[in-house]
Amino acid sequence: MLAHSLFFYFFSAITVFSAIMVTISRNTVNSVFFLILVFVSVSILFIMIGAEFLGMIMLIVYVGAVAVLFLFVVMMLNVTEQITKRVSRKGLINNISIGSIVGVIIFLELLVVIGGWKYKESFTPLSSANFDISNTRALGNILYTDYIHLFQISGMILLVAMIGAITLTFRKRENVKRQSYFKQITREKQSAVSLVDVERGKGVKLDD
Amino acid sequence: MTEIGLGHYLTLASIIFAIGVVGIFLNRKNIIIILMSIELILLAVNINLVSFSIYLQDLVGQVFTMFVLTVAAAEAAVGLAIIVIYYKNKGSIHVEQISSLKG
Repeated sequence: MLAHSLFFYFFSAITVFSAIMVTISRNTVNSVFFLILVFVSVSILFIMIGAEFLGMIMLIVYVGAVAVLFLFVVMMLNVTEQITKRVSRKGLINNISIGSIVGVIIFLELLVVIGGWKYKESFTPLSSANFDISNTRALGNILYTDYIHLFQISGMILLVAMIGAITLTFRKRENVKRQSYFKQITREKQSAVSLVDVERGKGVKLDD
Repeated sequence: MTEIGLGHYLTLASIIFAIGVVGIFLNRKNIIIILMSIELILLAVNINLVSFSIYLQDLVGQVFTMFVLTVAAAEAAVGLAIIVIYYKNKGSIHVEQISSLKG
C-alpha cells in the first residue's frame, strides 16, 4: 500500500506541475510537450487505479493523436515567433486577477463537494474488487451490448468532425491540374485512338 | 502516508480543473493554449469519472469516459482546423486581436 501512495503522489505531482506549465509556458511548443507529460502521467494513474484499458486509450488517443495534432498546428502556424510581439500589459493584470479569483472559487467549491462526500452504506473499497475478468473484457461486455447505440453515435461524431475539419481547411487551388474521373472513365476508344498513315521520312506530329 | 482513496483522486481532478479554468482566463498570447486548457478540463472530468467508476465498482463511468474522450478528440480536430483557417485569413491568432464577432 505504501508503494501505491508513493506512486500516486509522485505522478500526481508531475501532473499538477506540468498542467501549470502548460498554461504559463512562454513557448507554445513547450506547453504542448507539457500537455503530453500530463496525459502520460494521468494514464499511468489510470493504469495504477485499475482502469488499464482507458489508460492505454488515453495514451493512444491523446498522446498519439491529439497532442501530435496540436504540435503540427503549432509548428505550421509559426506561433513561436509571434510571442515576442506586443502583448498589452493593462489587460493582462485585469485578466489575471479575474481568472485567479474564478479559479480559486471553483477549486474551493470542488473541495467543499469532495469534503462533504459520504460513502454509501454498501460501499466496497478497491481491495475487494473482483479480478475474475480483465478490465478490457468487462468494458467490452457492456460497451457492445448495453451501450451499442451510444458507441455508434460516437462514431458518427468522429465522422462529422473529420468531414468538418477537411471541409474547413480545404481550399481549391488555381493552376493545378486535377484528375477528372468522369472524363477518364467515359473515354471511348474512338476518341482516344486514331490510325495515322505515316509518310516515309517524316514523323508524326502530335497535336498537344 | 495515508491510504490513497477516492478523495485523493478527486482532489487531483479538481486541481487540474482549476488550473484549466485559470489557464483560459489568463492566457493572452494565443488561442491554442486555450484549446489545451479545455483539454485539461476534460481530462479532469475523465479522472473524476474513472475514479468514481473504480471505487463504486460500476463500469458505466469508464464507458462514459470513452465517450468524453471521443468528443474531446473531435473538438480538438475541429477547433484546430478553425484556427488554421483563421490564421490563413488574418495572419495572427492573438486572443486580443480576435474581435470580429464583437460587432
